[in-house]
Amino acid sequence: MRNRFADVFYDLAKDDPRLCIVVADISPAGSIARFREEFPERFVNTGVAEQIMIGMAAGMAQRGLKPFAYTIATFALYRPFEMVRDDLCYQNLPVTVVGIGGGVTYSTLGATHHAQEDVALACAVPGLSVIAPCDPLEAEAATRWCATQEQGPVYLRLAKAGEPVLTADAPEPWEFGRLRTLRPGRDVCVLSYGAIMDMTLEVADRLAAAGRSVCVKSVHTVKPLDRAGVEAALKDFAHVVVIEECAPNGGLGMQVKAIAQETGAHCRLDAFSLADAFIHCYGSHADLLAEHGLSAERIAAALL
Amino acid sequence: MEHRVSNAFDRAAARARCRAYRRRILEISQQVSALHVAPAFSCTEITDAAYNGLMRRGADGAPLDVFLMSKGHGCMIQYVILEEMGVLERRDLDLYCKPGGRLGAHPDYGVPGIAASTGSLGHGLGIAVGQAYAERLKKTGVRIFCVLSDGELQEGSTWEAMMMAANLRLSNLVVLLDNNDFSGLERMSEAHRAFYPVLDKARAFGWEAAEVDGHDGGAIVEAVEGRAGGDRPMLVTCRTVKGKGVSYMEHVPIWHYRSPNPEEYRRALAEIEEN
Ligand SMILES: Cc1ncc(C[n+]2csc(CCOP(=O)(O)OP(=O)(O)O)c2C)c(N)n1
Repeated sequence: MRNRFADVFYDLAKDDPRLCIVVADISPAGSIARFREEFPERFVNTGVAEQIMIGMAAGMAQRGLKPFAYTIATFALYRPFEMVRDDLCYQNLPVTVVGIGGGVTYSTLGATHHAQEDVALACAVPGLSVIAPCDPLEAEAATRWCATQEQGPVYLRLAKAGEPVLTADAPEPWEFGRLRTLRPGRDVCVLSYGAIMDMTLEVADRLAAAGRSVCVKSVHTVKPLDRAGVEAALKDFAHVVVIEECAPNGGLGMQVKAIAQETGAHCRLDAFSLADAFIHCYGSHADLLAEHGLSAERIAAALL
Repeated sequence: MEHRVSNAFDRAAARARCRAYRRRILEISQQVSALHVAPAFSCTEITDAAYNGLMRRGADGAPLDVFLMSKGHGCMIQYVILEEMGVLERRDLDLYCKPGGRLGAHPDYGVPGIAASTGSLGHGLGIAVGQAYAERLKKTGVRIFCVLSDGELQEGSTWEAMMMAANLRLSNLVVLLDNNDFSGLERMSEAHRAFYPVLDKARAFGWEAAEVDGHDGGAIVEAVEGRAGGDRPMLVTCRTVKGKGVSYMEHVPIWHYRSPNPEEYRRALAEIEEN
């Protein structure tokens, strides 16, 4: 996702002199390095200093530029949180905050590097759009949207590099603010976003093997949430499932449950998220998700 | 009962220890896909000087003073010293960054010998200020030794802590700055020209400050023990080389977070033995 982001950003930025990138001591991946060479003035490194990264991105946007602020997700959102809230959101400026390593992707680095409640936190801030693509193709579409929109601040949550392409055959295109069907089905509807979509599709495979017709939808835009789309899913399916790599409080699961309650939905509703806990464990990404209680096997077993 | 580990810091013994620490870190680097080798080699002598030269120990050998690794990604050197002291077990290091283990790429409070969970830069000094203040209130005489990276000097939070430490006259706080002139991306003195010199800034903030060769543990010990005294916190700016001891790692940013391959490992070991 990181590399696809860089490629798309480079492509757009070479023709749009307003696009800039502000990083806080993060090595520019792939095409961003090329961008830096060609347009050194539109690449700013603030050093290990995330508050000024966001602060100056706000000022640049106020004077007509379109900055992307880019670093590891925890340092992009948590460290300068008040600058994101006051400088970007309160002033409603079209700045994209790019967080890499969303969720527990950085699986050997400990909780200081786990953006495990980032989506919930970002959703709580008025005016902040939250986009979490599930594969490189969605990252491409999302980056394109962020770079060409004027409406306000965005938190763009990416994973690392090397994620598989999952949406090449999706029957619906990526559209900001709209649920996107990745696989059609009738019995169960699974809502998911971000890199954990890989596991979500495996869950769907297991349910399908057990005879269920499973629909999978990407909730790539977590905010503004496609409320009509969620309501339709709650109405049209007997069983709705949410799978997300985010803490439960304020995440998508809780939001879908609130909509179900408000609309008097009758379907069965299950939500799987990271635990509301700091885990003190290390290993692969899958090892960490398992520590949080998330594996395709376990989720499928709970659903069958 | 307390006593200093060694009155005169034995430089030859320190060199032998540091060689063994580097060897052990390289060994562990072969069990994982990535490890912060260069950041640990940068502060090997600094950390050794703190544990084996500056920190007082009780009769049982346990440290009475506190060591806080603010540049959390440099913790490998602390882990191997804690292993040597018997605070951590060999098994802990064998399971570094692996399921079932308790040591990750950053220090975690609650693990024996670890004073604070760091890893996000620019937090350690603030915590160290709180710890130093608490020890002063309790009148324990405990000193806090905090290893800070030059990258952390870019964080505003570090300078809030610098101000506070001087305001509170925390003479029991000693900062050992690993001044290798690199952060993750590039040379700091090029990226942040206006920031230098550092020493004068610390003094202007009310700190006692000295500058030494950061790969000479004896010089670090002498600077701290020979301080003017009074009621100021102390900063020792240690001139260091990121990746020190392995020629192909020195000053080369990619070694910030990477494990050597088997051939590189052999070369690194050979160079360590020569030094
Ligand atoms: C708040 C924060 N921002 C960014 C990072 C990512 N990061 C890890 S190490 C590093 C820079 C390393 O340079 P320095 O701190 O000087 O340490 P050293 O050169 O001694 O390894 C960065 C930016 C981080 N860990 N914390």
